[in-house]
Amino acid sequence: MQPSLIQATRRRRGFGAQAPTRRHRAVVCVLLLLVACAPGVAQQPQPQPQPAPPAATDEFVPISQLPAQDQLPAAPLLVTAYAFVWVALFGYLLSVGRRLTKVQREVDRLESDIARGTRT
Amino acid sequence: MPKWFMPLLGVNAVMFAAAPFLIARADYESTMGLVQKIFYFHMPSASMFLLSAVVCGIASARFLFGGSPRQDRLAYAAAELAVLFGAITLVTGPLWARKAWGVWWAWDVRLTSSLMGWMVAWAYLLVRKYGGPGSDKLAAGLALFGMANVPFVYISVNYWRTIHPKTSVVPTLPADMGTALWFSFACFLLLFTLLLRVRVHLEEQRAKLDTLYLSLDE
Repeated sequence: MQPSLIQATRRRRGFGAQAPTRRHRAVVCVLLLLVACAPGVAQQPQPQPQPAPPAATDEFVPISQLPAQDQLPAAPLLVTAYAFVWVALFGYLLSVGRRLTKVQREVDRLESDIARGTRT
Repeated sequence: MPKWFMPLLGVNAVMFAAAPFLIARADYESTMGLVQKIFYFHMPSASMFLLSAVVCGIASARFLFGGSPRQDRLAYAAAELAVLFGAITLVTGPLWARKAWGVWWAWDVRLTSSLMGWMVAWAYLLVRKYGGPGSDKLAAGLALFGMANVPFVYISVNYWRTIHPKTSVVPTLPADMGTALWFSFACFLLLFTLLLRVRVHLEEQRAKLDTLYLSLDE
């Protein structure tokens, strides 16, 4: 068999390695480059999601459909809290003042009784 | 009453009148908004509640181990203030929580221990009123438990998982919020001092009345 015929037969049957051509080298280099760069590409920061536009631009949500906690107005709670503080403090001051006046009056009365030497 | 009492009461009234302006000027908290402004009266009243419990506890300990009636009167006065400031704390807190947490009350460690402290103060007053002879010493023992509860209330938010704001919130407040808070705190501290003084004076007058009745009986 002639050498050229032998080589053709081997190539057809898949025997033996073909010598890499310049084109093959280029393809392999590109593939290696892609594989090497893949982790770097994967680790690149993802583009930040744009802030969602306010819901009201897409649809109007009636306040009655919000959760109960979000519907609750803050002002009545705040006013009630401060009113309670004032009422409690004034009430206590009045209570102490009233008790003090009563005891003071009793003390004065007893002192005057003792001074007069009489017992009522 | 001492001479300084009425002028200081006037100063305190002016301070309380000015406090809402400072509170209104303070910035809104970003997530809670308007309702967070309850904080400026809630936190100082809670501090006065704990201070009352400590004063009551120390005076009771001195009364138990020293027998001084003056300390007993101080303890009695402080217990009443603990009930007053505790009531303010336990009412303003749930009003704030209703909006901020969505519930009036949570069995959180801070809230529960505060409620326990308040009930101990009530127990002190009830024992004094209905306990009969010897109730002063029994109540003094209760006051010691009330005082022991105070550090527990304070640190509870830092050691247990809780929805209540931690103690680190106060030192990190921005200037305008801090000014409003510390001004309110000064208002409450002065008020506490004045109320304690007038309440002790009432007990002194009652003691004087008892002495007068005894002298009449003899």
